[in-house]
Amino acid sequence: MKSGKLINNRFLKSGSGSFTTSVMAFLLAIIVGGILIEIAGFSSLATYGAIFRGSLGSTKGIVLSLSQATPLLLTGLSFAIAFRVRIINTGAEGQVYIGAMAAALVGAYVNFLPGITHVAVSVLVGMIAGGMVGLFIGFLKIKFGASEVIVGIMLNEILILITAWLSTGPLMTPGSATAQTNPILETARLGRLVPRSQLTWALVLAVIIAFYLEWMIRKTTLGYEIQVIGSNLKAAKTAGINVPKIYLLTIFISGAIAGLGGAALSLGIHYRFIEGISTGFGFAGIPVAALAMYSPAGVVVSSFLFGALRAGAMTLNRTTSIPIEFVSVVQALVVVFVAAPMLIASIKKNLMKPFNGIRNKRESIKGGDA
Amino acid sequence: MDMLQMKNISKSFPGTKALDSVDFYLKEQEILSLLGENGAGKTTLMKVLYGMLHPDTGEIYYKGEQIHQKSPLDAINKGICMVHQHFMLVPAFTVMDNIIVGNEPKSGLFVDEKKAREEVKALISRFNFNINPDTRVEKLSVGEQQRVEILKALYRKADVIILDEPTAVLTPHEVDSLFVILRKLKEEGKSIVIITHKLRETMAIADRINVLRDGRMIETDIDPKNATIHSLSEMMVGRQVALGIKRPAKNIGGVAFKVEHLKVVEDGVVKIKGIDFSIRRGEILGIAGIEGNGQTQLLESLTGLNTPVSMKITLDGKEIKGSADKFLRSGIGHIPEDRLTMGLATEMTIRDNLILGYHKSPSLQKNGILSSKKINDYSNKCREDFNIKTPSIDVKAKSLSGGNQQKIVIARTFSHNPDVIIAAHPTRGVDVGAMEYIHSKLLDLRDEGKAVLLISADLDEVRSLSDRILVLYEGKIVSESMPGDLSEVQLGLLMTGNKIDEEVKDEIREID
Repeated sequence: MKSGKLINNRFLKSGSGSFTTSVMAFLLAIIVGGILIEIAGFSSLATYGAIFRGSLGSTKGIVLSLSQATPLLLTGLSFAIAFRVRIINTGAEGQVYIGAMAAALVGAYVNFLPGITHVAVSVLVGMIAGGMVGLFIGFLKIKFGASEVIVGIMLNEILILITAWLSTGPLMTPGSATAQTNPILETARLGRLVPRSQLTWALVLAVIIAFYLEWMIRKTTLGYEIQVIGSNLKAAKTAGINVPKIYLLTIFISGAIAGLGGAALSLGIHYRFIEGISTGFGFAGIPVAALAMYSPAGVVVSSFLFGALRAGAMTLNRTTSIPIEFVSVVQALVVVFVAAPMLIASIKKNLMKPFNGIRNKRESIKGGDA
Repeated sequence: MDMLQMKNISKSFPGTKALDSVDFYLKEQEILSLLGENGAGKTTLMKVLYGMLHPDTGEIYYKGEQIHQKSPLDAINKGICMVHQHFMLVPAFTVMDNIIVGNEPKSGLFVDEKKAREEVKALISRFNFNINPDTRVEKLSVGEQQRVEILKALYRKADVIILDEPTAVLTPHEVDSLFVILRKLKEEGKSIVIITHKLRETMAIADRINVLRDGRMIETDIDPKNATIHSLSEMMVGRQVALGIKRPAKNIGGVAFKVEHLKVVEDGVVKIKGIDFSIRRGEILGIAGIEGNGQTQLLESLTGLNTPVSMKITLDGKEIKGSADKFLRSGIGHIPEDRLTMGLATEMTIRDNLILGYHKSPSLQKNGILSSKKINDYSNKCREDFNIKTPSIDVKAKSLSGGNQQKIVIARTFSHNPDVIIAAHPTRGVDVGAMEYIHSKLLDLRDEGKAVLLISADLDEVRSLSDRILVLYEGKIVSESMPGDLSEVQLGLLMTGNKIDEEVKDEIREID
């Protein structure tokens, strides 16, 4: 019970949790998912085999996994960084849309920027657009005590519908049958890392951002203040930390990263804004961040796992008659097990019994007395 | 006959042996004081008895039979109840609801409110608890809440009641009424264990005293009549200690810190009614008062955490205004009221906690990037200078005992060389050893010429450390005196809003 409590607190209160807990949650999801597949009358081996072949079994599969992982990495980072100050950014989906739209507009209509500056400015504008939405959520939270969860969800609807209106109305490509804006110029396109794939430089940018954030949290005064606010808000205030300022800064960063996710979709994949450009990437970032225990560097790994599952699902769909919904089941199970740290802790305790002597040294000394 | 026996109980936590072959017994109808420093294993031992922890070795016998507690529920069903240091009450529920929750008398599917009310009322009157069962718990004082906890135990037909640090949160007056209740419980046939590190109270209430030290039972059979405060404290700490140190101020200088027209209104209620005071260099100004008379607001104002209706603060003639950060950097050090909620981020490491609030100081960072080396050197120095007992500065603050946690707060404030120190309850919930240490550090700092404001609920502490004492009552300063001018009882009267005129004074002297 003691160690269960420890893990539980760690999960809730601190950003960098136990790595093994995450791994176990993932493995457990695979195992339980396999049992469910068998119960439904399919072969779990065939299912996982197809998923593996489609995701990690070939170069093509790996490229597909990485490209699927890219938006998840960005929305995962967006959620993770905000959660480090205990802000739950449910508005990422809307931030993705506004980021995608803003970037696509700069990409399509700004025609005087030479070479790489065009794509850079387009990306930047997409980020700023997402960040401004974040700032707005933060402002309402600080000024009026509005719940960021509710404001975020409401704004999602508003932003998705506004961008949909823009792409079906005033900004729609003349003569187009579908809701989309004018294509962006060549100069605004995000370059591809692998030809004929959807893998773009956005991934490199996202990984750089992830490691920068990890460094920032660990090594800078800003990151320190973020950690203190996340760990004990009252102590942060008592210590003179300017909490509103850090809130605004963090939610701006969070929104900007989600906006970058949107820009990556419109500048790297569709080359324009289309209605329904994000298929729920904003929310998909939540389990990615949770599996990583809200560590930015961890999000790199967890987003790859989720990306691989998505890539595998495509192969599953093409090559077998097994319903791809099982992939969603496995993903959902990951969330369940990450959210049930006590369960993981007790399994871990029993599995690790032979190694307890070693592990104990690493755990902090826990006195019993209050 | 022994009501309860625990034999050869051992319990290890990763890295520490919390209990080492401890034997313990409890007689029928007695009040036993389980004495020991923080971290000695008192709470652990009682948690084993209460089924919250499972011992590695050892046996427990209760009313002659061996028992195995799987959970607190097991223990409660057998009649062993524990009142925790932090009360487990639902603030929005009424007293009655809190008492019956989990044990509601049923009629069909519903709670039999009538029966519940009768039973609760009967209990309240039987023990003269003087509580209205329909009041919501959030409206009760701390002492009353504690009585609700005790009622909860009685309602569950407890024969053994364990109280974890019951007096830590009480005013002197509330302590007295708690003792009356405990004696009454004993008369009614209950056996009571009090976990404490307060010696004076132990002497006053216990029939028998046990001393635990470093997880070992040092003595199980001390008769308080034959014990002295000194002998007990030596048993607890394992060495000689100086209690209630007193060192008169040597060089009180000019006024350093001046507070004028301080008035605070919170939610439309005037919490501080316009007060003025000043502290001189080399002086400790003590503020006595019962909690809730404006101490919190006073602290917040003096550290920049709230915005008073009016206030002028000057430090060496220079006015201080603005945010908490500004106050801190102007040289006002702050030891917050409650280290766990305000002073520490317990999920973070000791090192991280040692820089909290000072993390932007040029000695620890450059251009917003923290210097690991400088912070390590600084933290290790703090650990040595302030005698923080920990295997490493990289463990989480929550793994330390209360006394060592408080040393983190003290070390942080003191090593940044503040001109003024606002110290709130600096030794609350810390053990004798740490208390002695913190007191002597405060006196050292005073002798270096700092101005110290000491706010404490512990009247002994205020009386022994202060060079001047103010009494705060309902947001006003009602008395200013020199230590020794007024007795404990006189201060107590002032703290509760009474006046002391000469006649009463004489009477009191006789009682004293």
